[in-house]
Amino acid sequence: MPLLEVKNLHAEINGKKILNGLTLSVEPGRVHAIMGPNGSGKSTLSYILAGKKDYEVTSGSVSFLDRDLLALSPDERATLGLFLAFQYPLEIPGVTTMTFLRTAVNSVRKRRGESEFLTPDFLRLVREKAASLNIDPEMLKRAVNVGFSGGEKKRNEILQMALLEPKLCVLDETDSGLDIDALKIVAEGVNRLRSPNRSFIVITHYQRLLNHIVPDIVHVMAKGRIVKSGGVELAHELEAKGYAAFEQAA
Amino acid sequence: MNVEPHPIRTSTEQALAISIESMRAKLPGNAAVKKLREAAASSFFESGLPHRRIEEWKYTDLRALMRDVAPLASPPNPDAIKQAKKLDPFPELKLRRLVLVNGTFIPELSDLSALENGLTIVTLARALTNGHKLTHRIGELKSETYDAALALNTAFLNDGVLIEIAEGTQISQPIHIVHAFAEKAPAATYARSLVVVGANAKGTVVESFVGADGIAYQSNSATELQIGAEAQFDFVRLQAEGNAAIHLSTLLIDIGQNAKFSLNPITTGASIARFSVSLRFGGKNIEGCFAGANLLRAKQHADTTLVIDHAMPGCSSRELVKTVLDDDSRGIFQGRIVVKPDAQKTDARMATHALMLSDKAESINKPELEIFADDVQCGHGATSGALDENLLFYFLARGIPRKEAEALLIHSFVAESIEMILHDGLREALLERADDWLARRQS
Repeated sequence: MPLLEVKNLHAEINGKKILNGLTLSVEPGRVHAIMGPNGSGKSTLSYILAGKKDYEVTSGSVSFLDRDLLALSPDERATLGLFLAFQYPLEIPGVTTMTFLRTAVNSVRKRRGESEFLTPDFLRLVREKAASLNIDPEMLKRAVNVGFSGGEKKRNEILQMALLEPKLCVLDETDSGLDIDALKIVAEGVNRLRSPNRSFIVITHYQRLLNHIVPDIVHVMAKGRIVKSGGVELAHELEAKGYAAFEQAA
Repeated sequence: MNVEPHPIRTSTEQALAISIESMRAKLPGNAAVKKLREAAASSFFESGLPHRRIEEWKYTDLRALMRDVAPLASPPNPDAIKQAKKLDPFPELKLRRLVLVNGTFIPELSDLSALENGLTIVTLARALTNGHKLTHRIGELKSETYDAALALNTAFLNDGVLIEIAEGTQISQPIHIVHAFAEKAPAATYARSLVVVGANAKGTVVESFVGADGIAYQSNSATELQIGAEAQFDFVRLQAEGNAAIHLSTLLIDIGQNAKFSLNPITTGASIARFSVSLRFGGKNIEGCFAGANLLRAKQHADTTLVIDHAMPGCSSRELVKTVLDDDSRGIFQGRIVVKPDAQKTDARMATHALMLSDKAESINKPELEIFADDVQCGHGATSGALDENLLFYFLARGIPRKEAEALLIHSFVAESIEMILHDGLREALLERADDWLARRQS
C-alpha cells in the first residue's frame, strides 16, 4: 500500500489554476525527486500537502497513511508524520529555537500517544542531532531563524525534521541558496534519515542536489502535473536537455 | 488647550461634589494640606469630569463612562484584610510590602521593620496627623493642565505611603506598594503616595493594583516620584484590578540630572482604566525608559496617556508600548513628547504596537511630537495588526496546535517589552502573569 497517493489533483490560488490533474504515488522507504521549471507548481504541491490554506483544491484526492489528508489541519498532518522543509524558512522573533523545537516535538509526541521529553533529555537529544548537522549550540538559544544565514536556516529545517521523526519528508528546494559545503551537510543530514519506513519527496530545480541525495524515482513536473517519470537517469537527461521539451509535451 | 470650564451638572459630578463637601472637615492635615485639598476641590467644582471634547480625555470620556459614584470605602474589617492578603500579585518575591486595603494602610500586612539606613517610610494618614516633614513635598509635582482624576485624588487626600530614599542610599530589597480592594460591595478609594529618591540613591519600587472581580469599585490613585541627580531608579507597575473596576491613576515624575530611570507599567485589569503619566526630564543627561505592556480582553478599556517633557539638554528617552487586544477590548495610547527650547541634543524615540486578536477589538495610537529645539533626534512609530498567518502556518506545519502557536507568538510580542524590566524576580513574575493571561485565552 502506498504511503502517499495523490490522484488527479486540481488546485488553484485566487482563481488561478496551478495544479492540473497531478497524480503521484509514494511507497514507504522511497525517495522521489520532483523536478520542473519555475511556475510548474512544485511549491504549490508541497504547500497543499502540508495544508496551507491559501490554496483551493477543486478536485482530486490525497490519501496519506490511508487517511484523507486534505480533511486534516496542518498540525494534524505533521502529527501523523508529514514534514515540509520550507524553501524559505520563516523568522520568528522572540521565540528561541530551543523553545520552538521543544514545543513542536512534545506536542507531536503527546498526540502520537508517546511520552513528552523531560527538558534535560530533550536538550541532550537536540545537542547531539545539532552537532551532526554542524549547528552551533549557541544558535539554539537564538530566536528561530532570526539572523541565520541561508545555510543555517536549511540546517535548522533538517534538525526539525530529524527531531519530529516524520514518515514523509517533503523538501521544497532545500538546495536553493546553499553553497556546495552547506549542500553536502544538508544532504548528509537527509541521507542519515533515510530508512525503510520513511519516504522523501525532494523538490528541486537542479540535478546537483540529486548527486548527493540519490533518488529512486524522478518525476518531471510541468504546467501543474507530472509529465514523465523514470529512474535517476531522467535527472541527467534533464540537466543536459533542459525543461523546454517537457513543457511543450505538457 | 481646549478646556472649557463647565458648571457641575451631571448627577455623577453632583454626587462627587457632595462627597467632597461631606469629607472636607473630617480629613486630617495641617493648613497647607487643607489648602491643597481646597484648591483641588474648587478646580473640580469649576471643571467637573472630563469629556470627549477635552483632547487628553477624548477616548476616555469620564462624563459618559462614570455613571454613578460609589460611596467612599471604609477601612477594611478582618475578613477583608484576609481576602486582601490573597490578592498579593507577587507572593513569592522578597519585597518590602506596604499594603493598602480599600485605600487604608494596613500595618499587619505591611513590613516596616528593620528599615535600611537612609530609608524612611511613613503612612500618609499618620504623617498628616503628626505633621511629618514629607507631607510638605506632596503636591510639588503638578499636571500640566487640569486633570480631573488628580484633582479628585487630591481633594480626598487621606492615606497612602510616603517613602524617602536618602541621598547616596542603595536599597537592596524592592519596595512593593499594594493597593487591594477587598469589599463585596462597590466603594471608592483614593490613595496618594510619594517617593522621594535622593541624589545618587538607588532602588526599585513596584506598585500594584488588585481587587476582586465582578465588583464595580472605583480606584483612584496618584503617586508622585521625585528622582534626584545621579540616581538610578526603577519603577514597575502592575494594574490588575478586578474586571468590573474603574481605575484612574496618575503618576507624576520629575527626574534630576544624570539620573537613570525606567518605568514598566503592565496592565491586565479593570473594566475602564485610565493611566496618566507625566514624566519631566528636569536635569541634563538623563536616560529614561518607558516600556509598557497591556493585555486586554472582553470589554476592557485601557487608556495610557503619557506626556514626556524634555526640559533640559542631552537627555535620551525610549518608549515602547505593546498592547494585545482580544474580544471587544479597546486600547488607547496617547504619547506626547515635548522638547523645550533649551533641550538641545535630546534623543527621544517612541514606539507603540498593537496586536489585534479579534475583529471587534479597537486600538487607538496617538503619538505626538512637539519640538521647540533645533538640534534633536525624535521619532515615533505606531503599528496595529493581526497575527501573521504565514508564521502561524510554520508552527502548524511543525505539529504545534493553532492555539499554542498563537500563545507563543503573543508571548513573544509582549515579552519584548516585559523583558526590559531590570529586576529579575519582577520580570519573571510578570512574564509568568502574561502566560497566565494567555492560558486563560486557550481554555
